[in-house]
Amino acid sequence: MADEVVLLDFWPSPFGMRIRITLAEKGIKYEYKEEDLRNKSPLLLQSNPVHKKIPVLIHNGKPICESLIAVQYIEDVWSNRNPLLPSDPYHRAQARFWADYVDKKVYDLGRKIWTSKGEEQEAAKKEFVEALKLLEEQLGDKTYFGGDNFGFVDIALVPFYTWFKAYETFGNFNIESECPKFIAWVKRCLQKESVSKSLPDPHKVYEFVVEIRKRIGIE
Amino acid sequence: MTDEVVLLSTWGSMFGMRASIALAEKGVKYEYKEENLENKSPLLLQMNPIHKTIPVLIHNGKPIRESAIIVQYVDEVWNDKAPIMPSDPYQRAQDRFWVDYIDKKVYDTWRKMWLSTGEEHETWKKELISIFKQLEETLGDKPFYGGDTFGFVDVGLIPFYCWFYTFETYGNFKMEAKCPKLIAWAQRCMERETVTTT
Repeated sequence: MADEVVLLDFWPSPFGMRIRITLAEKGIKYEYKEEDLRNKSPLLLQSNPVHKKIPVLIHNGKPICESLIAVQYIEDVWSNRNPLLPSDPYHRAQARFWADYVDKKVYDLGRKIWTSKGEEQEAAKKEFVEALKLLEEQLGDKTYFGGDNFGFVDIALVPFYTWFKAYETFGNFNIESECPKFIAWVKRCLQKESVSKSLPDPHKVYEFVVEIRKRIGIE
Repeated sequence: MTDEVVLLSTWGSMFGMRASIALAEKGVKYEYKEENLENKSPLLLQMNPIHKTIPVLIHNGKPIRESAIIVQYVDEVWNDKAPIMPSDPYQRAQDRFWVDYIDKKVYDTWRKMWLSTGEEHETWKKELISIFKQLEETLGDKPFYGGDTFGFVDVGLIPFYCWFYTFETYGNFKMEAKCPKLIAWAQRCMERETVTTT
């Protein structure tokens, strides 16, 4: 029986991008469904009644919600191709820890940068740069967070790069000058087709953020 | 070589209890070190410099942090008995979803209820009760979240049971009246030695 894989997503969502990259890494064919978050489809509301959020992966009619959980699910089911998590339990725990760190820090701090001003924004910028520097330290001299192979933490983190132009413009700072190793790692990731084909153009994301700011009344 | 297992935790921490229960389920001998969160030990600060939080599991000198990650690690390393995670990938994803739900919702909502008054307090109280009703619905008619066996979501949630009295007192409601099936589940869990001795 052929697998039926559907992804409910929203093009600028870094969380959706994680699943797109993972599906591409595993060579899985799927149907992409763009959601209008101001008019959520019955399928989305039925598939994720608890949080009503994207992304949702639907495999043979069964929904899997939360991006990192969906990535681990894909890894478990399509385990024979391109492993994305280490086989050793300790390294697996470390990978989960750093992906969780990305979830706790990067999105929220980034959001604060483009939605706030003044002291609050400065504090968010400072903390954001500190978080990236910590991640840089964790990367060390490795090619990827996964070592020689692109893996779980790389997938969790690289999508946020598409929002950097928005963060930099509204935050008035330059991420590459603060964290050059981080940007070098991003560029290595972008050389992978699974990544470059799954990520939108940062300019488009920036334009999207401009629109959102107008809509929610930030000047 | 014998395993050296240390758990840094605090007696009241629901998150620490998850780790203790998982270790007990697996019959792992370990050294428990009580932390004073107002005077964190050098060991804690060295083992978890990023978040500086408990619990931290230290296995042969190497730290594992974040309670849900610790439980999965314990399950993977001591895989010869008492499996905590289901073997089916879809069930595993569902279990992770519900533990993530507990992590995102229960503690924060409790705190908001505790720290607020008047109308705001009432709003958070309603929210807290609806979270537990959702968890009750998820359990359904099963004896445990893991089905017939005590599993990841059971480990993830049962430590919050010892906080029910506190929630009830500050929220002025009775959990048993609102979520009787959840109380029945908790009592089943409390029959397990691995839970009561934690």
